[in-house]
Amino acid sequence: MELEPINIEGTPKTPSVKFNAEEGIIEIKGRSIPENSIEFYKPLVDWLEEYKKNPLDKTVVNIQLEYFNTSSSKCILDVFKKLEAIHKAKNEVEINWYYEEDDEDMLEAGEDYESIIRIPFKMIEIVE
Amino acid sequence: MGFNVDDFFKELDGGHVLLSYKGSITTEIINHALDVVEGKLQEYNEDVKLRKKVYNVLVESLQNLYHHIDDLPEDYRDEYESRFGVLVVSRVDDSYKIATGNFIRSEKIKYLKDKIDKINSLSREELKDMYKFILNHQKISDKGGGGLGLVDIARKTGNKLNYVFHNFNNDYYFFNLDVFVSEKSS
Repeated sequence: MELEPINIEGTPKTPSVKFNAEEGIIEIKGRSIPENSIEFYKPLVDWLEEYKKNPLDKTVVNIQLEYFNTSSSKCILDVFKKLEAIHKAKNEVEINWYYEEDDEDMLEAGEDYESIIRIPFKMIEIVE
Repeated sequence: MGFNVDDFFKELDGGHVLLSYKGSITTEIINHALDVVEGKLQEYNEDVKLRKKVYNVLVESLQNLYHHIDDLPEDYRDEYESRFGVLVVSRVDDSYKIATGNFIRSEKIKYLKDKIDKINSLSREELKDMYKFILNHQKISDKGGGGLGLVDIARKTGNKLNYVFHNFNNDYYFFNLDVFVSEKSS
């Protein structure tokens, strides 16, 4: 059975999401600051659990957040842990962590995740 | 007569105030506060790094408030609506000050005080380690970040968390937290 893609439009408090199993693309972009983030992220983590069973040889992950709150930070880690499992099963996982020019907090947040999940991140500064 | 919330609020509500509110802390109020403050920071042409920091810290402060308010007993309901809290965002010298206040039950004070004192005693590197430890090891609760909020605020501002517990009655205190975000934070 095909894993249906997820396409979610962004809102002022939740990010836009594009998960596509056929293309091997995982994208989360925008603001992630809901009061309760589990509700938002649960379907995404569940999707990755399915994808993990039969991933493409190469998965490209693009995370480009403007803001995220601590409630989201644990959920984002859950997303990364699924990706780590895919990586450990000898599939290529490329993680691109985008941050806005001079946003050292966002760069540091990426480094925090990178040190926890042990897949190298590509840190990409978006210069305007 | 114990602590008076109105007097406390009046005192806060002076100087260069961007936003002040007292009442029920709801998701709508949080959204509104974020919009207002984001708009004003833009209007002031504030440096983008500082703007982002203030916004980030405001999100965390408000959601902390949202998740940790204790309601007073019913007989206070005329004076204080449920989920009652106080928020004042102001400009003080070269900093933005985010002041929040809420009732908490007396038995929670020790835990909270110890936690804040611990955070205030840590260096930048130690805060980073603490953040990563909690992120990686604690289960997320329905309440949100599972105790990451204050650590994140301390880390992002680079400043100590200022707090006072005002005695309200035997069972309740009014918890006031002042957070400062300044140019040097960025």
